[in-house]
Amino acid sequence: MAHVHRIGAKSFVFSDLKDLMAKATPPRSGDMLAGIAAATAEENVAARMCLADLPLKTFLAEPLVPYEGDEVTRLILDSHDGAAFAPVSAMTVGDFRDFLLSPAATPEVLAALAPGLMPEMAAAVSKIMRNQDLILAARKCRVVTRFRNTIGLPGTMAVRLQPNHPTDDAAGVSAAILDGLLYGCGDAVIGINPASDSVPVIDRLLKLMDEIISRFEIPTQSCVLTHITTAIALMDRGAPVDLVFQSIAGTEGANRSFGIDLKLLAEGTDAARSLKRGTVGQNAMYFETGQGSALSAGAHHGVDQQTLEARAYGVARAFDPLLVNTVVGFIGPEYLYDGKQIIRAGLEDHFCGKLLGVPLGVDVCYTNHAEADQDDMDTLLTLLGAAGVTYIMGIPGADDVMLNYQSTSFHDALYIREVLGLKRAPEFEAWLEKMDITGTDGRLLPADARHPLLGYVVERAA
Amino acid sequence: MIARDPWSKLSRHTPARIALGRTGASLPTEEVLRFALAHAQARDAVHTPFDAARVEEEVRGLGFSTLRAESAAQARDVYLRRPDLGRRLSDESRTRLAQAAGEPVDLVLVVADGLSSAAVHAHTLPFLAALKARITDAGWTTAPVVIASQARVALGDEVGHLLKARAVALLVGERPGLSSPDSLGLYLTYNPKPGRSDAERNCISNVRPEGLAYDLAAFKLAWHIREAFARQITGVELKDESDLLLETGLPPLHLGAR
Repeated sequence: MAHVHRIGAKSFVFSDLKDLMAKATPPRSGDMLAGIAAATAEENVAARMCLADLPLKTFLAEPLVPYEGDEVTRLILDSHDGAAFAPVSAMTVGDFRDFLLSPAATPEVLAALAPGLMPEMAAAVSKIMRNQDLILAARKCRVVTRFRNTIGLPGTMAVRLQPNHPTDDAAGVSAAILDGLLYGCGDAVIGINPASDSVPVIDRLLKLMDEIISRFEIPTQSCVLTHITTAIALMDRGAPVDLVFQSIAGTEGANRSFGIDLKLLAEGTDAARSLKRGTVGQNAMYFETGQGSALSAGAHHGVDQQTLEARAYGVARAFDPLLVNTVVGFIGPEYLYDGKQIIRAGLEDHFCGKLLGVPLGVDVCYTNHAEADQDDMDTLLTLLGAAGVTYIMGIPGADDVMLNYQSTSFHDALYIREVLGLKRAPEFEAWLEKMDITGTDGRLLPADARHPLLGYVVERAA
Repeated sequence: MIARDPWSKLSRHTPARIALGRTGASLPTEEVLRFALAHAQARDAVHTPFDAARVEEEVRGLGFSTLRAESAAQARDVYLRRPDLGRRLSDESRTRLAQAAGEPVDLVLVVADGLSSAAVHAHTLPFLAALKARITDAGWTTAPVVIASQARVALGDEVGHLLKARAVALLVGERPGLSSPDSLGLYLTYNPKPGRSDAERNCISNVRPEGLAYDLAAFKLAWHIREAFARQITGVELKDESDLLLETGLPPLHLGAR
């Protein structure tokens, strides 16, 4: 059905709901690449005005990606909780924004609402929200998950320790893990992107992390970010797999390009849970997402990249993950051109994920062919800290020497804790204090050359 | 004022920026500036023009015949914004390759500039020298090596299809990192044709002296090619178990029969 909006003597016609959504999206290169963006700044705002008047329940009746041909649409609609949706079912998208920013939308109310919200509804309202709205509303959403520690409590922010090495060298990976732990990072996960797909190499990395975590009784979890089929094969061999990782996207076709479907995700989730390696909970999945992946796979159905990203969170929440993060600036300038677009997308993704009840972290990052630099990352990190981001990445000096991009560093994590008073996951915070890495105020103590962690890593590297 | 980290000696195990020290929560001045310089150099690497003529001459020097191709992206800024154009041949190149096609072959090699012409300039010659011995050893037939400008990985699908190859192995300049502005990637696709997805390829990354050495990378690629031909597939279902053949960390000279 076409949607029409009049401004003075001008009429703006949007051919259908996905056209309206795409044209209402704040400008970004990926939607231009797809040929679906608004042609003018005025058309962009006309689309937002039109979208603000749209009843929320329209999304239940008019799927943006056809139900018959897409299992993600079927998952979203078949699992929609009508009772949870009831309190907002009579609202327009514009009313919904007003509601989210009002005192009536308390953390408890929003948590109860989450199962009643479709990803498309979250995406729609985000398009008419300013950056400050995205921060304020996300800050009210609480999503708490557990494996060996508790992630997402109010006033906390976790960090994924990302000790990647270009050849998966054991001593090199261990040195970066040590660096991160002694800088107070690693409560979200110690997570390695392997350079190799080799099963024996990944098995060795898993054992390396398992040994450090066991030896020092660190209340955290490990993950090698390999394909889910590889993780399943490794679990069959008895490898110490804590979290099972997978990149996911918002359409069946894009997921197929990743070599996965929902059935495979369910299989991986069951396998991970059956190992019962969590001590305080069994949220055993770790997902990564990012705007543009569906277009990159040629599976976007003419839907804008931000809406499809929100649908990826719809996929994620079906598997009760411990962690989900958007890798916001990783995919490149053809999807998010510069610092401004990356910052906007990071705030949108975080808001949509949290509103849908997903434990959303953000890889605050950029590549060397994008128009962005560390100043842009400082800005986004600070905004996300204010928004209550679940976790960020911690990479030595912000330079990932395997994946070739820049993210946030261990120092960046210390910075944001200092500025905003954010704590770590409580179990991990207590461990750092017990290990004399931090003082009672959570700040780093002067580094000790005789620290047992340092001795352990030096001895093994020799 | 600067708190030094007493584990700086571990830096010899990794190019990662560990043991940087700190002032309060923040990086020391020296590190902030060192990072800014590396970023500036990586930015420059993205925009360095590809010297296709030089690379072609080097490849010919190894005894390969060659063909030149361009993607549908005519300029660097178009290439960066329009990856779809970088994945397609220009009309002229398509015609040229179609005319050059001969009998079906086992393998076509493509050298693509990708996002780092510096990587292709530095590593094409030594890597192909190592690979050539293994191609000869295995007895695979090859099409001319295609030198492709403003090219992305999927361009190889169209090239492989036009040149009637059972598989395409594409060398590409990877996205430059701060510590590795010249990293080469290798992508293998069985039964190449337009429309193949990334899940249908195998990737061997970070080929450069400081990363995966040339002879080891050539061994790994040859192992994957042999497995791809035997199982008639590449992608997520073909797992890399080539390390099992390493002899005290070194690749065997001959792959032998599967």
